[in-house]
Amino acid sequence: MNMTVAKSDISASIPSAPTPPAAAKIVPLPLKQTTMNTRIRAGLVRAASAVIPPLVMIVLLLTAWQLLCMRPGATLPPPNKIWTEAYDLIVDPFFVAGPQDIGLGWRVLISLQRVAIGYGLAALFGIALGTLVGQSVWAMRGLDPIFQVLRTISPLAWLPISLAAFRDSQPSAIFVIFITSVWPIIINTAVGIRNIPQDYRNVAAVLQLNHFEFFWKIMVPSAAPYIFTGLRIGIGLSWLAIVAAEMLTGGVGIGFFIWDAWNSSRLPDIFIALAYIGIVGFLLDRIVAGIASIVTRGTSAN
Amino acid sequence: MTSYCRIDHVDKIFIRGSTETCVLKEITLDIEKGEYVSIIGHSGCGKSTLLNIVAGLTEATTGGVILEGKHVNEPGPDRAVVFQNHSLLPWLTVYDNVRLAVDKVFGGKKSRAERDEWTMHNLNLVQMTHAKDKRPSEISGGMKQRVGLARALAMEPKILLLDEPFGALDALTRAHLQDTVMGLHQKLGNTVMMITHDVDEAVLLSDRIIMMTNGPAAQIGEILTVPIARPRKRLELVTDPAFLKCRQRVLEFLYERHRFVEAA
Repeated sequence: MNMTVAKSDISASIPSAPTPPAAAKIVPLPLKQTTMNTRIRAGLVRAASAVIPPLVMIVLLLTAWQLLCMRPGATLPPPNKIWTEAYDLIVDPFFVAGPQDIGLGWRVLISLQRVAIGYGLAALFGIALGTLVGQSVWAMRGLDPIFQVLRTISPLAWLPISLAAFRDSQPSAIFVIFITSVWPIIINTAVGIRNIPQDYRNVAAVLQLNHFEFFWKIMVPSAAPYIFTGLRIGIGLSWLAIVAAEMLTGGVGIGFFIWDAWNSSRLPDIFIALAYIGIVGFLLDRIVAGIASIVTRGTSAN
Repeated sequence: MTSYCRIDHVDKIFIRGSTETCVLKEITLDIEKGEYVSIIGHSGCGKSTLLNIVAGLTEATTGGVILEGKHVNEPGPDRAVVFQNHSLLPWLTVYDNVRLAVDKVFGGKKSRAERDEWTMHNLNLVQMTHAKDKRPSEISGGMKQRVGLARALAMEPKILLLDEPFGALDALTRAHLQDTVMGLHQKLGNTVMMITHDVDEAVLLSDRIIMMTNGPAAQIGEILTVPIARPRKRLELVTDPAFLKCRQRVLEFLYERHRFVEAA
């Protein structure tokens, strides 16, 4: 309602402003203003239609939760209890009250650091191995069956082996992240490399590109959409794995926080931690997707 | 005396499992410098295979290709190809697609500024400078083919290989592009080998038309020299007796003596 009033104000005030001689030049202005206004309005409508439905759903779900868990004898805390009991966790994600008593923001950052190392290594190895498997028929025949078997193993099943090998929780957790996220990166990269159109290979052959030039100028851009699909699956899996790994290895990450809260019966804290994990996982996925859409701009279009 | 480009007793046999298919049999052809040669035949007769052998993308089973006294055994920019489906790299702009070829071929010989100038010069030859910053997905099919042509010309090839370059275009765009190619051939004097299945196109553009028999084991059935002076004008040729006679000869070859059996 306010919007329409503002719009008519502007379009009404502008034609009256110019002096008569210049009127002919300035006539298009109110038109332009209207299109600007309608564009802003369209943008607001679009934003509202994207934001309002999920907000309504959240309110409905919270209400249902509240009603279900308000009864005496309910096993889970209702939202209002979570709000009052975990208030300090919600309002200040970055407090430091002691070596083991820090805000959830810090814990997420510590977990993210592990993920960054494990996932970064997975991306490097995954793309390199995927390129090898995609390029060489013999590497594919030798390695692909092994990869297909190994990738089905649950990340946590690797944990005892990595604990035995590294004898420390930090590198073990990183290894679990690595081993979880490396498979989809390898497999998608290999598919991307194998699917480089023969046309591009012909162009490279006619131009006599050497192996290095072929890699950077043809292979990487052509396989980029596939590689990023693998990277996106990988970041999701590694965020899934870090929580489970930290629950078992201890330390100060978000996963261990949940385990700790469970052991000391702080159920409301766990709900807050879950919200953090969900939001951070969503953001990680969006970030990788965003990078993908920038890097692969125009790649798939033909 | 050897010719500029000689296709010498080329046979091509594809082996898949236990079956052997002879695609080309005893192909021998001499192409002179500056000549425009078209190869015409029904689909599946091995025209594209022959072009790929000259390009070095496919290896001949026996025989070989000699270009300026040198045996061709691998692909190279001296035999630039304009592919049927343009084959531009979609992640590069029009300018960068041509520039990639220029940098590769003249990287050591020309300075940066010269390479830039040469890229623009070739884009200008095909009238594509206005779209130099666009990506292939943003331009029309005819424009993509123009850029493909600019990329090939920029390599300064000894022989320009056109693999059905106008096949995927609508009739009007095709005519327009044919005129461009004809003009460039006139201006630059390139040696051109073109694959086509369009009779009018072959007669309009070529000095000689190589007619292939149907596969398997396709051979050169007949060679027709087109006795029409250049520059040729599309509209005048429609009523030119020499044009009509050439056209008739090719049509007779393709549809009477070597009808495409599978098409019936």
